[in-house]
Amino acid sequence: MEFFLQLLIQGLSVGFLYALAALGFVMIFKSSSVLNFAHGELLAIGAFIFLAFSVWLKLPIYLSFLLTLVGTFAMGFVIERLFLRPLIGEALIEVIMLTVGLAAMFKGLLLVIFGGNLFNYPDFLPAGLTIKWGAINIPPVYVASFIIGIIFLSIFGFFFKYSSQGIYMRSVADNQPAALSLGVHVRRVFAMSWAIAALVCAISGIILGIMNGINVHDISVLGLKVFPVVILGGLESIGGAIIGGLIIGILETFTGGYVSTSLKEVIPYIVLVFILLVKPYGLFGLVEIERV
Amino acid sequence: MEDNLLLQVNNISVVYSDVIQVLKGVSLVIRKGQIVSLLGSNGAGKTTTLKAISGLLKPENGKVTEGSIEYEGKGIHNSSPETITRLGIIQVLEGRQPFKYLTVEENLRVGTATRWGKPYKKDLEMVYHYFQPLVARKNRLAGYCSGGELQMLVMGRALMAHPKLLLLDEPSLGLAPFLVREIFQIVKRINEEQKTTIMLVEQNANMALLIAHYGYVMENGKIVMEEAAGNLRENPDVKEFYLGTAASGALKSYKDVKAYKRRKRWL
Repeated sequence: MEFFLQLLIQGLSVGFLYALAALGFVMIFKSSSVLNFAHGELLAIGAFIFLAFSVWLKLPIYLSFLLTLVGTFAMGFVIERLFLRPLIGEALIEVIMLTVGLAAMFKGLLLVIFGGNLFNYPDFLPAGLTIKWGAINIPPVYVASFIIGIIFLSIFGFFFKYSSQGIYMRSVADNQPAALSLGVHVRRVFAMSWAIAALVCAISGIILGIMNGINVHDISVLGLKVFPVVILGGLESIGGAIIGGLIIGILETFTGGYVSTSLKEVIPYIVLVFILLVKPYGLFGLVEIERV
Repeated sequence: MEDNLLLQVNNISVVYSDVIQVLKGVSLVIRKGQIVSLLGSNGAGKTTTLKAISGLLKPENGKVTEGSIEYEGKGIHNSSPETITRLGIIQVLEGRQPFKYLTVEENLRVGTATRWGKPYKKDLEMVYHYFQPLVARKNRLAGYCSGGELQMLVMGRALMAHPKLLLLDEPSLGLAPFLVREIFQIVKRINEEQKTTIMLVEQNANMALLIAHYGYVMENGKIVMEEAAGNLRENPDVKEFYLGTAASGALKSYKDVKAYKRRKRWL
């Protein structure tokens, strides 16, 4: 029973981490229908920027975290400006191929600057975050992942549901010509979605870095986990990303705990196949509203 | 120049994708506080004229190649829609384009995009006052609303932006006759009570000329006739080919060359 609870809590916190990473992916897809294949690299960039601030420049942790968020947010804007804006109006597949190129470029840059070694953050999480309850022992990073996940997911959930800016962003995703006709700044919305995506990626990249150490290849591969998560939850749905993330996270930890650690990576995809057989749009994907 | 002039379209030509010429020298004038209606058959270039004014040609790869569009004395041809909407020109697109996955109220809130950050509660009340059926649908996804509700929704959404010039593209499209009458009554009330100048593109010439002050008739990318709406309604050509109320009522024969030629111009 304790083992079960231990796995459940760990699974949930890994799930929140995936959900947060998936949120960035869903953002970009929702507003501009672009599948971002450079997603894993965005995670890695966030993790390394935090590394640079906290270890190399030896800034205090909170300041490093804040600077990383600001920096990646700005970087999102720049990426959109430099690479995606010139392609507005071109075929979608070209934009998607561009993100594949971006992925290669970012990975290369990171390898040039930081090298392919495994780095570690200093142990900065307060030990008080550990949950100890009988035989249950949850390390602080999982607790932190849990808390940060819930905080940021609810911030963005509220942002999209209630704030005007969030509603404008959803309107662009929904019907671009109509949004244009009402004066919604469509290019600004695209830029904003890349900026927010880069920011949430950085947060999840940092958490991943604390959990497993920081290595360019490992983190960018883990970034691909968002694919089963978002496809499972439905590509357009933030709620779906959360549920999808939790499901995959729990499945992984349970497979790892009860079956075998080597199966852990495969099981999510197998479940994904079965869910898609029943719900082709994903669990919470938009079913096309057809009016006759 | 008269001071009640709001918009002046001077001899514009519009070309899509650098090759397809749609408008060939269209000129028209819209005065403050009026309803101006633009009539014409399918493909005459009515929608293109509206899009040239609102700047929505740009994303469709269209361009004003000649002539100018002056709004309150400023040239706005080929400006971006973001700029033009912020000057107070809002176009309601043809065929009701709601945001399907947003609720009715969220749809209306998108209308505040041109004046982001300003309070909008009063405007919501104003829109619900004109379009009462929307109140009950407030929290429903727009994708599940009926055609009439959607037409009200997209017009209300445009009103949220406080337009000085509202461009309506075929508001009667696909609506039941009594609903058409209701929509047109509301258009008239908005014009009178909110002092919104309205440009109305319509196939339903009868209704359009009933509420309009002035009318233009377009054909093959050109304006072929312009007159006060009352006179236009009495014009024998318009009567016969648009309103379907020829004086005689009898079927015309193709032998009647004069009528045949006249008709050819319209269709």
